[in-house]
Amino acid sequence: MMNYHPFVIPFTVGALFLFGVVFYKFYAWIAALDRKQKFMVKQNIFSFKTIRAIGEIFREALVHRNIYRKNPVLGYMHMSLAFGWFLLIVVGKIKASLYAGTFFEPPWLGIFFNFFAVDGHAFSHSEMLTFTMDFLLLIILSGLALAIIKRVKSSLLGMRKTTKHSRFDRIALSSLWFIFPLRLMAESTTASLHGNGGFLTNSVGHLIPSTIAPYAELPLWWAYSISLFVFFVALPYSRYMHIPTEVVLIFLRNWGADTGEQLSGYTDIQLNSCSRCGICIDACQLNFAAGISNVQSVYFVRDARYKTLSDEVVNNCLMCGRCSNECPVGLELTLVRQQFRNKQEIPGKFYYEYTEPVESKAGVDVIYYAGCMTHLTPSIIISMKKIFEAAGVNYWFMDEDKGVCCGRPLRQQGFIQQSKNLVIKNSRIINSARAKLLVTSCPICYKSFREEYNLNLPVMHHTEYIEGLLADGRITLNASNVTVVYHDPCELGRGANIYEQPRNILRNFSLIESNYEKENSLCCGGSLSDAILDLRLQLKIRDHALGELTKDKPDVLVTACPLCKKSFVHGNKARVMDIAEIVAGNLKVIASKKRPVRKEELQLV
Amino acid sequence: MKDLGFSISQSRTIDLDKSDLSAYRRVVEKVPSAKLCLMCGACTATCTARNHTDFNFRKVHLLFRRGQFEGLAEELDKCMLCGKCRLVCNRGVNTRAIIYNMRIILENLNYKSIK
Amino acid sequence: MNKADVVVIGGGPAGIEAAYNLARDNHKVVLVEKEEEIFGHMQTAYTLFPNFQDASEIRSSLLQKTKHGNITLYNNAEVTQVSRENDFWRVQTINGLDFIAPAVLLASGFKTFDARYKEELGYGIYKGVITSVEFEEMLKVGKIQTANGEKPRRIAFLNCVGSRDEKVGNHYCSRVCCINAVKLSIEAKKQLPEVEAYCFYMDIRMSGQFYEELYRKSQEDFDVNYIRGRISEVAPTFDNRLQVKCEDTLSQTPLKMTVDLLVLMIGIEASEGTARIGEQVGVNGEYNFSKSISLHTADNKTKHRGFFLAGTCKRPLTVPETMADARAAALEIDLYLKSLSQ
Repeated sequence: MMNYHPFVIPFTVGALFLFGVVFYKFYAWIAALDRKQKFMVKQNIFSFKTIRAIGEIFREALVHRNIYRKNPVLGYMHMSLAFGWFLLIVVGKIKASLYAGTFFEPPWLGIFFNFFAVDGHAFSHSEMLTFTMDFLLLIILSGLALAIIKRVKSSLLGMRKTTKHSRFDRIALSSLWFIFPLRLMAESTTASLHGNGGFLTNSVGHLIPSTIAPYAELPLWWAYSISLFVFFVALPYSRYMHIPTEVVLIFLRNWGADTGEQLSGYTDIQLNSCSRCGICIDACQLNFAAGISNVQSVYFVRDARYKTLSDEVVNNCLMCGRCSNECPVGLELTLVRQQFRNKQEIPGKFYYEYTEPVESKAGVDVIYYAGCMTHLTPSIIISMKKIFEAAGVNYWFMDEDKGVCCGRPLRQQGFIQQSKNLVIKNSRIINSARAKLLVTSCPICYKSFREEYNLNLPVMHHTEYIEGLLADGRITLNASNVTVVYHDPCELGRGANIYEQPRNILRNFSLIESNYEKENSLCCGGSLSDAILDLRLQLKIRDHALGELTKDKPDVLVTACPLCKKSFVHGNKARVMDIAEIVAGNLKVIASKKRPVRKEELQLV
Repeated sequence: MKDLGFSISQSRTIDLDKSDLSAYRRVVEKVPSAKLCLMCGACTATCTARNHTDFNFRKVHLLFRRGQFEGLAEELDKCMLCGKCRLVCNRGVNTRAIIYNMRIILENLNYKSIK
Repeated sequence: MNKADVVVIGGGPAGIEAAYNLARDNHKVVLVEKEEEIFGHMQTAYTLFPNFQDASEIRSSLLQKTKHGNITLYNNAEVTQVSRENDFWRVQTINGLDFIAPAVLLASGFKTFDARYKEELGYGIYKGVITSVEFEEMLKVGKIQTANGEKPRRIAFLNCVGSRDEKVGNHYCSRVCCINAVKLSIEAKKQLPEVEAYCFYMDIRMSGQFYEELYRKSQEDFDVNYIRGRISEVAPTFDNRLQVKCEDTLSQTPLKMTVDLLVLMIGIEASEGTARIGEQVGVNGEYNFSKSISLHTADNKTKHRGFFLAGTCKRPLTVPETMADARAAALEIDLYLKSLSQ
């Protein structure tokens, strides 16, 4: 039989196995999508979104543009391996088809082309194609060299920590390391015997002594085929499953699937799309500020995928969202972790019956909900009252003495049913007031109101509200040269995209930038979501963040969250103020020539 | 105050010889700072749920520590996990984590496992 | 550069007592004080526990001691630099003084905790919340009054503000606040017999001589109430008083009450000078207090020859303890100086 040799069997068997397993898995996951996700797929599969997804697959799954942006060397490493290999297969296929004169040549021909096509220059464009193949192999080998360096010493590639791998990963990884060097050696040996190589394989071929080449040729091709077999068989059970899965993920994401509250096929797809690159480890403050390096998203995703999740890995997380922000695959890591925290619901049980209904006050424009934590930072409450009065707002302080929690802290711990019960309680009070606006001082409550509540009025965090009052001229501020640094609270910044409003307000002061602005902001360590972290480590995270934020010695560190404020105040390093306080302390009293407030006059707390 | 149909304050003797202290050890394993509580009651005083009910975290915590579980699960259901208590604790006890873990143990609530 | 036998840093009770004892032993002593006035925290004291001795008597006794012929006192002389020069110590001050001496005694004392860090207690936010130091000053001028200038009907004292508090990084007990709260409540009752006094505590620590008796007296003769529970929230009432919330832990019930004054018994921290000089010289221990080489056997010596410690730069101490420690330090320095001249 032409173009056949028994050494192609391992490759062919491995490839068939791989396709079988991967398609079985895809089928199972897509079948397990929830109703909403399935609906979105049906809705959008024949739309422009599909084309957009293909573009994204090219950019992210092959070229790895996102990794490039974060770390060019790491980006090159991924691109050379993924895109390089992809092109090698495509060009190999073209070459084999041209050589065989048919599009339906045996699948292994492109893979082991040089072995069979010893007269490799006898078809059109063969010179150019051979050169391309050698060039691609060279690119892949350079990427492989970087991968080996990364394994041995990750800091050379600008990474503080690299992922620790499981057994399947190590098998797959070792076989992957062998594939391309073996291919180079096999092709070069054949080239030394038949002269059918390109610039690379011919040159390497010249180095192989002619006495050895005839004996080495077949074993090398066998070894190449076997290494492909091992890689293909290990792939579905290793991290390399991300290669096929990411394609599905990108399609689903473009079609509008969202992570949702409960575990679904989409969760599985996200878990399997993680390449375990370890970028999230470097992004995690638990790692670089508190020295915990076994709970990061990469390990969470791995353990969730292999069903070995421990309580510690699920719960020891600040849920600050820094990792989701950095993830090159765009996994919604915080939301997926949240899904795993969610507890079973007890049918028919209603919690918090005891909460006595607060009489809602009719005829007001604005409802002010300070939030539980804000009651421990009374200066925020006093400042908000001052601002409401200065702007002449008709408001009702809803939780002045008997507040009901917004429900988000319960949700973060996975008590969804309980949380919903509180949402019902609060919604009733808020909606029956028939006001025009709900203002809250706590970013946690804010996110909760925005995402979990069905209210008959818009909701604003006080940063948005104060910005609006300033823009409308309902309050004005004295010019001030006090230097301020702004700390974005996790739930307000990454959580709700409120970045510009506080900065617009602080333009009235001398605003200086820290190294951790906006999406890259740090957690203060006081996060409610981590039910494991003890105070000592929490303080380490705080001290690191505080050190970074006060590097340029600002007069005031401004934040917009009572929890952040509490964390930082106790750090004893800088004056810490909520944005409401610095505004209230600097209000221009209309019709009087009040001088600008000097920094000595600003209250410390 | 509404009568909620049960009471955890009925007078009785705590017989430590017969009490199950292992549940508390499990809490301490998860939240080592639980050992640091000096029962000052700051947590109870600031409690959001306390405005509506007679929930007393310090007392529930202490009864749990002594292995007196009767009625505690219902008491713990009153907590909204808002975490305010954690902020006022002088000893840096992660009160919220204690409640969370007591709740998990008493109600035997487990994670959902992936299909 | 001026020469001396000893430079004593800090003109509070410890510094003055040590300087006086050294002067009596015929050593030339330079005493530097960063403030305009000497006496340190004794300046603001009204009476001293446990015997209600008038603090002004202590002040005049201390003032008399500084007049000793072998003592040269410099005011407004905050120390900027302490350095070793061969066998001598060089001490430079902010007002350009420059001394060299074989021995230095650090008596730079303590500062009180800044209660604004405990925002939930409302200090700096509500006028009725004051510190124990401010209350002592009220007693001194005989004018205990609320923010509105009225006579208070009810005063609450809260112990452990900035002490035994891991959130602010002070794990230790400041030792003097419990008994001081007893003293203050009695003094308040003496000046305003109608006032109700409540002390909120986590533990009551009456370890000194006559402390327990004073505690008993406050209950028996002055009707001071003690509530075991920590106040964790303070809110204003409509009539500008303060509502405090705690758990009455002994009755296992949350408790709230309205008071006119909330006195925060602020704890003791290493003073800025103690922290700074300790850092320069390398004798900083935990919480920036200075560290002696042996708590039990050489509590005034440091790892540096000729550099000695006295008083509250080491840890929270009462006035009698501070004075005794200063005398002990003087004895150590005297022996050291004599050993040099032999």
